[in-house]
Amino acid sequence: MTVLILIIGMAVVTYIPRLLPALFLDRYKFPTWFQKWLKSIPYAALGALIFPGVLLVEKDQPLLGLAGGLAAFILALLNLHVTLVMAGAITMVIILQLYVF
Amino acid sequence: MRTDTKFIQGIKAGLPIALGYFPIAIAFGALAVQAQLSWIEATLMSVIVFAGASQFVGVSMLLAGAGAAQIITTTLFLNMRHLIMSLTVNDQMRHFPQSWKNLLSFGITDETFALLTLGGTGESQGKEWTPYYVAGLMGTAYLGWVSGTAVGGLGASFIPPEITTAMTVGLYGLFIGLLVPPARKFLSYGVIALVSMILNTTLGLFLDSGWAIVLATVLAAGLGIVLVKEEA
Repeated sequence: MTVLILIIGMAVVTYIPRLLPALFLDRYKFPTWFQKWLKSIPYAALGALIFPGVLLVEKDQPLLGLAGGLAAFILALLNLHVTLVMAGAITMVIILQLYVF
Repeated sequence: MRTDTKFIQGIKAGLPIALGYFPIAIAFGALAVQAQLSWIEATLMSVIVFAGASQFVGVSMLLAGAGAAQIITTTLFLNMRHLIMSLTVNDQMRHFPQSWKNLLSFGITDETFALLTLGGTGESQGKEWTPYYVAGLMGTAYLGWVSGTAVGGLGASFIPPEITTAMTVGLYGLFIGLLVPPARKFLSYGVIALVSMILNTTLGLFLDSGWAIVLATVLAAGLGIVLVKEEA
């Protein structure tokens, strides 16, 4: 029973921040500076999500995550599709796990 | 373009996320069972919460003996970054009917947000968003997450931990694969991302990681006010 309450509680507090902008955004037309800020959010958010999180893929081995991230970076520079970039990062980590760490 | 074509385009766009989610959801399902949840409860959590980081943190706290109130409060703060992401996504969904916006806002995660805003080359860019495209993309990711949780919960005892480590790096691969091409094209976006990484690392020394990400995102995006040109 407690678990059910926990799950429902988590669901509610997860949905609220996602929903609020859907309910109130319509009433505002944003000034240009705010639109530029909004436009920059994806890049800022991805930057923050990637680093330093990528180092914690394996908590005691920051170099392992770093190597996976660098593999992804190089493949992305070659303009490969994201699926291949993902596969490259995973392959790199598997190889390192097998032979180095 | 016809509705069903848009839906299928959305499904295709969402596939990399589903592939990335599936093994991580398996790991989550297995961890949840360790924390004394039944596989049905674990799956229910994925069905109605649909937020990877929060679910992992929630179950880890449960394992550490935390109470429901503490876990729910932590979840709320951890999810504040979705408020910012939802602001960006809903700005592009202004023309959608309200009921679609309410539904699709549920599907905003770090990954669906990243793919919607940066994925594709023109195909998925703002003006072409339709409810069916977004629904196809989010629905695919959602199915990957929910089905993975069920598999992990049921097969908890069979999964070696090395596999999940390797798979976790896949989602970082997704983020990096999405960020690099536009950052290369418009240098200012690359600068914003880099500054955000530095800010996040610095703030992470003083704050918990959830707040550090929120603050770094808000502040680094502020650079865009100066750097971003109208047409970029």
